[in-house]
Amino acid sequence: MERAGGSRRLSIPSTQVLEEQAQESDDLTDSEESIYSGLEDSGSDSSTEEEEAEDQGNGDEGTLKGSSLSKKAQAGVASQKKEQGQCQSLEAESMPSAQQDLPRRDEYEEDTSDEEDVRNTVGNIPMEWYQDYPHVGYDLDGKRIYKPIRTKDELDKFLDKMENPDYWRTVQDKLTGVDVRLTDEQVELVQRLQKGQFGDVHLNPYEPAVDFFSSQVMIHPVTNRPADKRSFIPSLLEKEKVSKLVHAIKMGWIKPRKPKEDTPSYYDLWAQEDPNSILGRHKMHVPAPKLRLPGHEESYNPPPEYLLSEEEKLAWAQQEAAERKLNFLPQQYRCLRAVPAYARFIHERFERCLDLYLCPRQRKMRVNVDPEDLIPKLPKPRDLQPFPTTQALVYCGHTGLVRCLSISPSGQWLVSGSDDGTVRFWEVSSARCMKTLPVEGVVKSIAWNPNPAVCLVAVAVEQSVLLVNPGLGDKLLYGATDQLIEAYKPPEEERLQPVTWAVAAGAEHSRGVRLIIRHGKPVKQVTWHPRGDYLASVLADDSHTQVLIHQASKRWSQSPFRRSKGQVQCVLFHPLRPFFFVATQRYVRLYNLLKQELAKKLLTNCKWVSSMAIHPAGDNLICGSYDSKLAWFDLDLSTKPYRVLRHHKKALRSVAFHKHYPLFASGSDDGSVIVCHGMVYNDLLQNPLIVPVKVLKGHAPTRDLGVLDVLFHPTQPWLFSSGADATIRLFA
Amino acid sequence: MGGLEKKKYERGSATNYITRNKARKKLQLSLADFRRLCILKGIYPHEPKHKKKVNKGSTAARTFYLLKDIKFLLHEPIVNKFREYKVFVRKLRKAYGKSEWNTVERLKDNKPSYKLDHIIKERYPTFIDALRDLDDALSMCFLFATFPRTGKCHVQTIQLCRRLTVEFLNYIIASRSLRKVFLSIKGIYYQAEVLGQPITWIAPYAFAHDHPTDVDYRVMATFTEFYTTLLGFVNFRLYQSLNLHYPPKIEGQAEAEWKPEEGQMYAMDSESYMEKLSALSASLTRVVAPNPEDEVQVDEFPVDGESAEQEVARKKEQEAVEKQKKLFEGLRFFLNREVPREPIAFIIRCFGGSVSWDKSVCIGATYDVRDPTITHQIVDRPSLEKQVIGRYYLQPQWVFDSVNAKMCLPVADYFPGVLLPPHLSPFVSEKDGDYIPPEKLKLLALQRGENPGNGEAKSLGSGQLSHLRHPSPPPGCQSIPPFAPPSQVTNRSFGSTDLGNMHPGSLPARARLVLPALLRVRIPNGNSALLPFLAEESGEEEEEDSGDDDDEGSEKEGDGKLKKLEEQRSQGKKLPVKVSAGTVRLEDKQRAAQEEQSEEKRLAIMMMKKREKYLYQKIMFGKKRKVREATRLAEKRKAHDAATKSEKKTKKVRRE
Repeated sequence: MERAGGSRRLSIPSTQVLEEQAQESDDLTDSEESIYSGLEDSGSDSSTEEEEAEDQGNGDEGTLKGSSLSKKAQAGVASQKKEQGQCQSLEAESMPSAQQDLPRRDEYEEDTSDEEDVRNTVGNIPMEWYQDYPHVGYDLDGKRIYKPIRTKDELDKFLDKMENPDYWRTVQDKLTGVDVRLTDEQVELVQRLQKGQFGDVHLNPYEPAVDFFSSQVMIHPVTNRPADKRSFIPSLLEKEKVSKLVHAIKMGWIKPRKPKEDTPSYYDLWAQEDPNSILGRHKMHVPAPKLRLPGHEESYNPPPEYLLSEEEKLAWAQQEAAERKLNFLPQQYRCLRAVPAYARFIHERFERCLDLYLCPRQRKMRVNVDPEDLIPKLPKPRDLQPFPTTQALVYCGHTGLVRCLSISPSGQWLVSGSDDGTVRFWEVSSARCMKTLPVEGVVKSIAWNPNPAVCLVAVAVEQSVLLVNPGLGDKLLYGATDQLIEAYKPPEEERLQPVTWAVAAGAEHSRGVRLIIRHGKPVKQVTWHPRGDYLASVLADDSHTQVLIHQASKRWSQSPFRRSKGQVQCVLFHPLRPFFFVATQRYVRLYNLLKQELAKKLLTNCKWVSSMAIHPAGDNLICGSYDSKLAWFDLDLSTKPYRVLRHHKKALRSVAFHKHYPLFASGSDDGSVIVCHGMVYNDLLQNPLIVPVKVLKGHAPTRDLGVLDVLFHPTQPWLFSSGADATIRLFA
Repeated sequence: MGGLEKKKYERGSATNYITRNKARKKLQLSLADFRRLCILKGIYPHEPKHKKKVNKGSTAARTFYLLKDIKFLLHEPIVNKFREYKVFVRKLRKAYGKSEWNTVERLKDNKPSYKLDHIIKERYPTFIDALRDLDDALSMCFLFATFPRTGKCHVQTIQLCRRLTVEFLNYIIASRSLRKVFLSIKGIYYQAEVLGQPITWIAPYAFAHDHPTDVDYRVMATFTEFYTTLLGFVNFRLYQSLNLHYPPKIEGQAEAEWKPEEGQMYAMDSESYMEKLSALSASLTRVVAPNPEDEVQVDEFPVDGESAEQEVARKKEQEAVEKQKKLFEGLRFFLNREVPREPIAFIIRCFGGSVSWDKSVCIGATYDVRDPTITHQIVDRPSLEKQVIGRYYLQPQWVFDSVNAKMCLPVADYFPGVLLPPHLSPFVSEKDGDYIPPEKLKLLALQRGENPGNGEAKSLGSGQLSHLRHPSPPPGCQSIPPFAPPSQVTNRSFGSTDLGNMHPGSLPARARLVLPALLRVRIPNGNSALLPFLAEESGEEEEEDSGDDDDEGSEKEGDGKLKKLEEQRSQGKKLPVKVSAGTVRLEDKQRAAQEEQSEEKRLAIMMMKKREKYLYQKIMFGKKRKVREATRLAEKRKAHDAATKSEKKTKKVRRE
């Protein structure tokens, strides 16, 4: 093509040549040979002859376009070609490149502006714009082209459809509004196009391809251009470059490429050691731990005890790989020859690699403690004597579990209440049952009057509290008590009381019952004030009248609380001061009876308080709970426990302080009584010393109950305990 | 109250750590490059003490690196090399795409490479540091050396690994620093002592690897890259320390007069030298010929705070080590072809023995089977047709066991076809309370110089017992198992030199007089002699328990009496009161004191704080578990022994 262009440029100056050029441009695409047709003498003779023939045929046209641009000339040729279909087909057959003409021709055919019979001059616009007008545009002379006079309505169309056999091939020309009947050729063309075939019938899309460069080697070159002169002259530029390289080689600037040495070279890297340089850069460096060294079990022939049995193997297989103690199955081979390769060898090395660079490292302090050092240094129990150590006596007689115990202030008599419906009076020293008092129902609580001048026992049975004169000991003493009770004179005006006081008579009186305080509800606990005139009782109830305080001498009862603060577990009088402890499930409240106000609220940290006892000095309180804790409160210190002891395995049922000795005890459902040394110092700065000194066992747990009540002897370091096995035991 | 508000997580541990992704972004490296860098530089994640604080309040699982570490990586020249390499790969790909082969060649020639020398110096400032960290390097190189030359990694790496390991083995031979060997099911463990540092490595058995698919060989290759460099430098230094040539030269043969035709059947000329070296049969040349007179007598200085006893022990140990080094000196071994040649040849050469093998097995065989001077032939087949008189035919385990025992063991147990004694791990050092297999006890006895030949089966149990009772028995009374049944003691022939050696001062006759008396006293009180393990291992607990039991027993007795009395009382006063004479209850004072003490302890434990109690119980649990484990093993062994015995008996009966 370039060459063709070149030739065109060459031919511009003379008009004569231009004439020729019109044809030449026609065949420019044909082949290069045709361009040099003047030079050539062979191969393209026939084509030049044809051109000449064309020339003659179209002589007038050629002169017409002589002055016009070559492009227009081409267009002229295009139209001319239409007429000369025969000639063209000839050309197409003879010239392999004839196909290249086709697209170009199409290009000009699409150009609607060059359409030969343009009657409507409106151009390429949407014809809807003329919808409302009577005309559809303007002809070449500027006159309107009118639509057909009568536009067809549906009926006309229908009739037309029915009558006109050519209706299907009639199309309306939008430009003119005239109906045009398509010719057969046109119909065929439409059908071909609809099928997706080429519009031209004669076009063969599968013509055999003819390579431009054939496989045959020709003796002549395709181009016959002579070589340039420069290709015969040595290049100066190259010479310069080569001389530069030669110079560089001469000067030793360029050296031949050495074969690369891939074997690393080693030298004494640590020739100048610097021991002071910090290993691992900083103090946080954690060197990787070494792998564990193998034990006997890893041997190829281990001692037989290291081999796993079948069950152990199964267990090993079922364990997670990370949980296994050994990451392999110990195996025994008879000889070294039989040992196979270890399948996980590469795995293990790989895991080690991963550990080395992916595993976060942390310095862990190993606890290196002698366990003996952890045991606190406590004074030896031997030095803290006296305390009860051995079981001395067993008081048998009850048939049901013995719920409660109480002892006379002198320490000579013991009273116990049991589920078998009896209250028994025992002589402490001989374990002899002095008296049995049958009552109607379970004895929930019992309390001996702490006043040594009065011989009276309060017994909580069902819904009443019985005041019993046991009639033991000094006759003068219990006689005086009877007199005291009889000397009561009822006040003039009847006061409204929450309970009813009744005087026992008849058989009851003869058994020893003196007064009966009838509560409306079951009584849980009864306890005396240390002076021995007042006694408090706890009812199994949720109302504010759970706690009642009675005055025995005046037979007068009152309910101290206006509102209930929860279910009261037990109550206790302060031994010295007018304070009153009330234990609910989780708290112990301390009320000032004089001021009639809440003094303190102790948080026990327990789930369910079962019992409490107060130190005889009145500053320390212990609380037992069903969640097997014992909380020691220092009332001066805090409302939280000074110490929580978890000595028992099961629920604590009762706790007790000794009157004189620094001892306290707790009885639990596990059947044991633990005696602790609880020393309280007068020095306020020194905290109480608590040392467990003895675990007393003896009661057999029955029906999940062990020891139900514990009690210290008022003067001796003796301990009474009553249990679910219907016995009372004395530890001395 | 002026001052700026302190913001959370802007100081303290939160600023000391950096997450992995942030570190990667900071270094502008891809994850793979970052990992490679971490491997080479030995950077590892840290577990912060307060993870939540470091994680800015979040509890998500993250890996943290120390910020200092990452800053330290920023200056690493290798990072630039990584980038260059990335560019190189890009260029190469482009050149390939354009089929510009000249460019490809040029690029390949100028492939960027890096050296790890400075990293090694940096990570191991002193040579000892490098030695300490040599375990993993050796194991990895030994593994890579066995890889096939195709596939998994570069052939050069494999060859380098092989070369370095062979060099290292040659050094160990030359320095005779091998101490322990162990045939495990995983491979063969070796422990050498180099410059006072124990170095342990494992070599796999020489079989083809079944390459797993879930292993990333690139990671391993990166490690190996580092390890080979390390090992190369270490080898150089080690060779230098012994005045050996590096790269190693075989003694007595200059390279020029090396006869290639001998090695022709094994390897190419270029490789035969290496093969010869790896045969481990020849010694290496030294730069300076060793002169035995040059050996400096090291002066002995007493170490501070070391008692005379310790010093004696130390000296003894040194002597033992010296003796062990010459264990196989003068012995000539021949390895049968079914025996793994390399490990055994290595071990034998490490202890001064000379070794050879069949010519067809490997290059470097020094003598033939028919050599009459051969003392031991290592055989691993059930029986041998033709045996030469004048040499022992032994199974390979003998070599390993002898090395571990630091003495040449009696050969009878290791004849071909004989059921071998168990092979024990030399790395286990039993503390008191641990289970010791009877074979080990036997070995210890052998090392002490006793002859367990007669009645060894019986001595197992008692030996064990004695050992448990006296974890480190004083050398004087070792031969007297205090609880041994008398029959065995009499078997042991007091008149023999055996005991006499032990008691140089005491007459044998007198010993006989003393011993039975001693036994008579002890046996009745020790039912423990019958149930040695149970008595020992349940320990003090049981003692406590038994104490309690007795106590309760007496109480029960008392209870019973009281009950009787009470019954009598309650049944009525009519019954004539009868006083029966009481029995005197003997009180063992010692026992009472013990009981009291144990009770004291129990009470004190009750008063422990919750945390301490938890710790205490944990420690005690661990102790008990250990004891339980030991008991389990002992019982298993007992059952096994009983089973084998009964089997033997039935066999005998059948034969009769």
